[in-house]
Amino acid sequence: MTAVLDNGPFTVAPDRATVLEHAPPPPMLRNNALMDAIFRNVTRFFAFLVFSLLAGILLSLLAGAVPSMRQFGLPFLWHAEWDPVKEQFGALVPIVGTLGTSFIALLIAIPVSFGIAVFLTELSPVWLRRPLGTAIEMLAAIPSIIYGMWGLFVFAPVFQLYVQPLLKKTIGQVPYLSGIVAGPPMGIGMLTAGIILAIMVIPFITAVMRDVFEIVPAMLKESAYGLGSTTWEVVRHVVLPYAKVGVIGGIMLGLGRALGETMAVTFVIGNAHQLSASLFAPGNSIASALANEFTEAVGDLYTSSLIELGLILFLITTIVLACSKLLLLQLAKREGTNA
Amino acid sequence: MNAVLQDAPAGLPAAKLEVHDLDFHYGSFHALKRVNLEIPANRVTAFIGPSGCGKSTLLRTFNRMFELYPEQRASGEIMMGGENILTTKRDISLIRAKIGMVFQKPTPFPMSIYDNIAFGVRLFEDLSRARMDERVEWALTKAALWNEVKDKLQQSGNGLSGGQQQRLCIARAIAVKPEVLLMDEPCSALDPISTAKVEELIAELKADYTVVIVTHNMQQAARVSDYTAYMYLGELVEFGDTDQVFLKPAKQATEDYITGRFG
Amino acid sequence: MSAVEPVNPAYRRRKRRNALMMSLSAVALAFGLFWLFWILGVLLWEGAAALRPSLFVQMTPPPGSDGGLANAIFGSVLMAGAGALIGTPVGILAGTYLAEYGRRGWLTPATRFINDVLLSAPSIVIGLFVYTVWVAQFRHFSGWAGALALAIIVVPVVVRTTDDMLKLVPHSLREAAAALGAPTWKVITLVSYRAARAGIVTGVLLAIARITGETAPLLFTALNNQFWSADMDKPMANLPVVIFQFAMSPYEDWHRLAWGGAALITLFVLAINIAARAFFRK
Repeated sequence: MTAVLDNGPFTVAPDRATVLEHAPPPPMLRNNALMDAIFRNVTRFFAFLVFSLLAGILLSLLAGAVPSMRQFGLPFLWHAEWDPVKEQFGALVPIVGTLGTSFIALLIAIPVSFGIAVFLTELSPVWLRRPLGTAIEMLAAIPSIIYGMWGLFVFAPVFQLYVQPLLKKTIGQVPYLSGIVAGPPMGIGMLTAGIILAIMVIPFITAVMRDVFEIVPAMLKESAYGLGSTTWEVVRHVVLPYAKVGVIGGIMLGLGRALGETMAVTFVIGNAHQLSASLFAPGNSIASALANEFTEAVGDLYTSSLIELGLILFLITTIVLACSKLLLLQLAKREGTNA
Repeated sequence: MNAVLQDAPAGLPAAKLEVHDLDFHYGSFHALKRVNLEIPANRVTAFIGPSGCGKSTLLRTFNRMFELYPEQRASGEIMMGGENILTTKRDISLIRAKIGMVFQKPTPFPMSIYDNIAFGVRLFEDLSRARMDERVEWALTKAALWNEVKDKLQQSGNGLSGGQQQRLCIARAIAVKPEVLLMDEPCSALDPISTAKVEELIAELKADYTVVIVTHNMQQAARVSDYTAYMYLGELVEFGDTDQVFLKPAKQATEDYITGRFG
Repeated sequence: MSAVEPVNPAYRRRKRRNALMMSLSAVALAFGLFWLFWILGVLLWEGAAALRPSLFVQMTPPPGSDGGLANAIFGSVLMAGAGALIGTPVGILAGTYLAEYGRRGWLTPATRFINDVLLSAPSIVIGLFVYTVWVAQFRHFSGWAGALALAIIVVPVVVRTTDDMLKLVPHSLREAAAALGAPTWKVITLVSYRAARAGIVTGVLLAIARITGETAPLLFTALNNQFWSADMDKPMANLPVVIFQFAMSPYEDWHRLAWGGAALITLFVLAINIAARAFFRK
């Protein structure tokens, strides 16, 4: 059979009989059903493994924390004494440290991230967007221990020499507020840890805000511009309300990250199991307590109390991250219905 | 595969596919309603009708493509070679090797042109390098693409133009030597020149294959097909010789569509 | 007076506020970049002195003598390599299930949710987890425990990128392969993987970059080792923990080595990040 097409007659005469007539299936096919079943089940197994990882972590931490929970019960959460010698442990100081440093971090990071996101989406010339965005993302790539080293050896001395005295001279003079800058300027402490945490979470919050701002339909913004709005007015009255849920989700993501940061905080928080109203004072976070003390911990109760600290941290971050994800999913779902 | 076909004295040649009482559901939506149809062998049959009439749905039942999506299901009979495609116990891959499909958008795999053609063949046959080369050349020649790509077989399929990519997909479907070729609006993403080439190709292909083509372009159906089925809202309204359907449709509904009384 | 005439005080006020806000956002950007450049600058400055060939050849020294970071670098390479080798297939296969198979049912959306939570979970808790299930059971620290902790960090990253990249593969490609008679597993491995290859590789690279710098998960799993060791069954030296130990000490030469290690890690991590993104865009 030759076909005379534009390409000229071809010489190969193919045989019409294929192996697919009513002959038994070729070796290739015999295993199809089996391979399909194997592949499907193997992938499902690993998906299930990932699914159970969260529960697995929770359960193992729970198991390790049982001795401490039995010994101290619920008051563990609000007792401040931490004495390995007397075997008296209380989580208040690390919890306050964790929450406090994260709060300071968010206070700084939220407006900064917002500003960067606005700049990248509304102000920046298009050709600058990718390099600038990449640069900010590099902040996220720098490992935590690097932030710690830089924080301790470079930032803290500068902070101690210039910024802390300034703060004492200004805020320190205001009645009722002077307490938060009380004490000798040491460079390290809660405030320093909070500032470094802020720098570390800025790229995460920025990334989410950017994504969320870009989802806002161009037509919506153009209608506002068409009425003569300024860029800021469009951002404030169109973009932000539209992206509100996503913005909060991004903030919670930053919070989740800040709560769990270990090395950077360990270097600069001062590692003191003491509570103080002053931000200049050293303190402790759950992560830094674990990092500093776990390998040295002697005795089952000590170890168990540390594990209980880890459990508390894991619970807090899981809840915060889950809320973040739920908010972002909500935004995505609304987008799906709007699209 | 019969080389010589006798036209029945009155009506259609031997039927390649026989559809009996076919129903199709997308979830709770009843998309095909008791379709009865015979696809004649070695002819080009066109499915026409407005958007949403079910022509693509019907086409995709022939190779059970709907099974990739859990909410879609079909009931009824589609007979080929004495067995019901819908309920056969044989491996669905065998059915799909006999019934090839070309899609609306050209879909070259992310591999070389050679590997694109060889992909389907390797699923079923263990050919030596020399014989695979022959098969690739044969398929590309049959698809009127060989001269244009014979020097760049190792290059990626994505480097070709839209029309060439579509002919690549046709060659890929032909390479496994199917008996039926299903074409779902194969030219809708192509420019007029490529469209003309593909239509020319379809006319050549019917010598060896049974071709079923879905098209929303009535002029194309008139040009290319021997038989035409007009569908509306999931029902087969009319089926017959193309010339007759277009010039002297038996049903008023068909005439309304063809004369453009509705889109 | 029209609302947009410059003499209208309301208009001028709006314009001023806009200028102020836009300047503030530029200031925010400068603020962010300022820290980046300061940190990178410090690293180069302090690390340059220590980035000598001896860094790669000599072992970690006792305080007061000269040395390098060879055993730490080697240990990090071993553990990161092992962690990536364990975590990558798990991540790719799990991600494959999410994108290709699990369109119905509860497992897929639940796993995606949990995976994203794990992605940002504190890495010190991961270390604690491996401690309780592995180290405590076998009663000794080891390189394998460290590798396991790193693998657990790799998995969510790879699951996420594999899932996202496979979801981007157009359905028409899968249908075309199925139409030729390919079984599902071949459609996935021969077509979907091929199409998503660049993205999946990028995800693995980014995961490797991430675990290279991780300290916390190694603190109570691999611990540390003063000497050269290739025995994954024993505590293993690694860069981040060595840096931690040296930096927190009072010794000058240890500080110098810590900076060298810090510079090394950062250069490596940034290089992979930039390379991975460039590779992906191509």
